[in-house]
Amino acid sequence: MIGVGKMKQYSNVLDKPLSKGKQEVSLSAFAFLFSELVQYNQTQVDNIAELERRLEDAGYAVGSRVLELLCNREKGNRRETRLLGILSFVHSTVWKVLFGKVADSLEKGTEHEDEYMISEKELLVNRFISIPKDMGTFNCGAFVAGIVKGVLDNAGFPAVVTAHFVPIEGQQRPRTTILIKFADEVLKREARLSQ
Amino acid sequence: MAPVGPRSGDAIFSSIDRVNAELFTLTYGAIVRQLLTDLEDVDEVNKQLDQMGYNIGIRLIDEFLAKSGVSRCVDFKETAEMIAKVGFKMFLGVTASVSSWDADGTCCSIILEDNPLVDFVELPDTCQGLYYCNVLSGVIRGALEMVSMKTEVTWTRDALRGDDAYELQVKLLKQVAEEYPYKDDE
Repeated sequence: MIGVGKMKQYSNVLDKPLSKGKQEVSLSAFAFLFSELVQYNQTQVDNIAELERRLEDAGYAVGSRVLELLCNREKGNRRETRLLGILSFVHSTVWKVLFGKVADSLEKGTEHEDEYMISEKELLVNRFISIPKDMGTFNCGAFVAGIVKGVLDNAGFPAVVTAHFVPIEGQQRPRTTILIKFADEVLKREARLSQ
Repeated sequence: MAPVGPRSGDAIFSSIDRVNAELFTLTYGAIVRQLLTDLEDVDEVNKQLDQMGYNIGIRLIDEFLAKSGVSRCVDFKETAEMIAKVGFKMFLGVTASVSSWDADGTCCSIILEDNPLVDFVELPDTCQGLYYCNVLSGVIRGALEMVSMKTEVTWTRDALRGDDAYELQVKLLKQVAEEYPYKDDE
């Protein structure tokens, strides 16, 4: 019945002003939450590949929202349409907002034309994580790979994105490299646009 | 050295490592979304979120005690104030207020004006029974259990469900007496 009982007062999220993104929470709050995400997903899978896929999935959801948010807030409702543009958007803008710093490096793969790598010496999500020996090459960076994939996919640059540990000489902790392999169509379009 | 008195939540928050709240918010959103997809039932999701919060709470209390310098609270009233003024500030960067005490001082409400979990969130019609922030109630329950207090934490107001604020009712069920763990020495 109308007018009876508690009225549902939706304050529409789209009517609210967009936050400036300056708010912060403690790193441990995030680390606790992330650890729960990983632990929960461990109960849902029987192998490492599946676990990484699920973390990537969770990251993807973050990535697609981050793209929308940042294009609106940081780029005046424009988004990059060129390969290098979108890569540097991920490496600089996205990284800076999410992790408080620009990623350590962005490189082009030497062996394959369609591969790019974003590397981070100490990826935020891996900071408090040590991988048990029996979990082999598992990398929680799959979550960040998912974020990157979410951004790229939704910007029209479909790609396969994976996270890998790369040992650095003289350092105990390996760095994490996010490997981006773009779909054929992306490279073809890029070649056409470059003409 | 004299024991260090409790520090204000603001001082602790400004001295520890922090991350962008949006990363936190969106990650939490991804967790809730995954649970909804997996469990397909809002009551189950509420339960799982509470469990996750509990798991966090039992670990988080250590960090809280270590970094805040808070020592034993004289009564439950002080405990509640600590959670609202120091705990919420230290971890989520927001403060909360305590009100609605019952006569014997074992039940109160913690009201959050600002809640970083719910930025960008709107509950669709299919999720009306969801306590989106249920992780928070689990955290408080878990953390207090580690300092010998059995509590029941429930949402009494939830802005995502049309109320004007976020309000948690914290009810002290039992204060477990601390016992020396004799068994360890046997």
